[in-house]
Amino acid sequence: MPPAETTVAQPEVTQPTAASVGVARATPTDTVGLGRARAVAFVTPALVLIGVFLVFPALWTLYIGTTDFRLTGAAARSPSFVGLENYARALADPTFYNSLWLTLIFVLGSAVIGQNGLGFALAWAMRDAPRWASRLAQTLVLLAWILPSSVVAFLWIAMLDRDAGTINVLLGQTPGVAWLIEYPMVGIVVFNIWRGTAFSMMLYSAALSSVPPSHLETARLAGASGAQTLRDVVLPHIRRYALTNTLLITLWTFNDFTPFLLTAGGPGRESEIIPVYIYNTAIIGGEMGYSGAISLLVLLMNLLLALVYLRAARTGQRTAA
Amino acid sequence: MNVAKAVVRRILVYVVFGFGTAFFALPMLWLLSAPFDDPPTYAVRPPRNFSLENLSQILDNRYAVPSLVNSTLLSVGTMVLVVVSAALAAYALSRANVPGRDALLYALLLLSSVVTGTAAMVPIFLLIYQLDLIDTHLGVILVLTGGLLPAAIFLLKDFIDTIPRSYEESARVFGASPLQILRHIVVPVARPGLATIGVWTIVQVWGSFLVPFLLLRDPDKQPAAVLLRTFYTEGGSPNLGLIAAFSLLYSIPVVLMYLLAWSRYGFRFHGGIKS
Repeated sequence: MPPAETTVAQPEVTQPTAASVGVARATPTDTVGLGRARAVAFVTPALVLIGVFLVFPALWTLYIGTTDFRLTGAAARSPSFVGLENYARALADPTFYNSLWLTLIFVLGSAVIGQNGLGFALAWAMRDAPRWASRLAQTLVLLAWILPSSVVAFLWIAMLDRDAGTINVLLGQTPGVAWLIEYPMVGIVVFNIWRGTAFSMMLYSAALSSVPPSHLETARLAGASGAQTLRDVVLPHIRRYALTNTLLITLWTFNDFTPFLLTAGGPGRESEIIPVYIYNTAIIGGEMGYSGAISLLVLLMNLLLALVYLRAARTGQRTAA
Repeated sequence: MNVAKAVVRRILVYVVFGFGTAFFALPMLWLLSAPFDDPPTYAVRPPRNFSLENLSQILDNRYAVPSLVNSTLLSVGTMVLVVVSAALAAYALSRANVPGRDALLYALLLLSSVVTGTAAMVPIFLLIYQLDLIDTHLGVILVLTGGLLPAAIFLLKDFIDTIPRSYEESARVFGASPLQILRHIVVPVARPGLATIGVWTIVQVWGSFLVPFLLLRDPDKQPAAVLLRTFYTEGGSPNLGLIAAFSLLYSIPVVLMYLLAWSRYGFRFHGGIKS
């Protein structure tokens, strides 16, 4: 799924308002007389859809991962329970470690370092740039985020093509380097930086506008260098934003399937990050049981990241209040 | 000293900007030039031979226009399902004392980010397979709805919370039933919120690749996002003209919807959501 499909919003707990107590009799907060039965009926369709098509698949993964489910053959009709065999196999499988390692590189390179760094640099540079320039840059960066991933993937295939790609033409060599074959990881890292920097840029723009100008002015008068100002004045203000941002883009990048459109994991397994690995073993290889076990690890990793994020967001809210 | 520093700083800002802008602009320029070039190349360049030949190729391709119809069907179908069920749920969660509401909201929040298409592609494929919905639009719509609903409910509840209850209270005093209140008061007042969720859903589905790619095998049923990968010439190399023109046509609605949402409601970030 594209990066923005997953969502984490700020948690919010609303308290019943005292004013509403006088009107409703059934329940203290029932201002409009919805009644408990009708309220439950209103919530039900959504909960059924979420239950069947989101919660159930997630829980089912637990079971699938302990079977020898296959797409074809005898095990497709009557899968049998194999216990922790799939997990043991994953832990002994060098192709799994290869994917984990590539995923780590992909997440660190393109999200934690790439999008974070470039997003901050753009937001920082935008403060001093003329208005038209920052408008232009902002529009372009956002456009890269908005365009459908199939289109964006082809734009980069065209950029990196060996025979006539824009990069090789700029370097004055046609045919030049077959980037996606010789450096597939660099290709998908650069691609994902291009694709996802918008979120970090917008977030850091908002964060930087929360730094009081008077603090910057004081630092300037005290003769602080740019690096000192950044470290001692700006960083304390944006630290929380940086944490939130890093957690979110890590979660999205970790789950990003789009690199499949560029390299399909190849050549060989040289860019087979976990999402592509799951697809290749499950749908191409037909080993549903084994890839179910891998999926569970992804779910757990996501859960961990989301919990840390929610905790950080919540403590942030408390300190802000 | 300070002047020199200021000059260096200025230069640095322009360098970051120059490179940054070029990095983001360069791949996109292809989308503006290649559709009108005959023959198009991989490299970005102004059209040598301006022509609309590539655009007419879209009409000649048996799958191209139907795939846009499929994208529309999937987007609109999902949008209707998401907006209606999210609106009902969000309204009840905002206004009534649903048992375990806070825990429910927290769980929704967690679910929306944890259960991604990547993590759940194996069980989702098997579920749709068992339900005999492989190769149907309904299967894709249901799966996408399940994935988008938690965030939609969350955002809509936030929105409805900001609507004062006094209208509903006075309507109730005059004897309106809860369904009448919903239809004649809440829906009109909440229209901007509903519209935002609707546009957001359409944009998400229009661009989504993984779910339809998993669940639809028949090229007659595939949406544009999936079909785009299959445009090859008889010689086996990518049909650049068709890909370029089709990419442009396929991207325009998304950009337009963003511009619409942007000009009407401003560009806001709801957590991770672009609206």
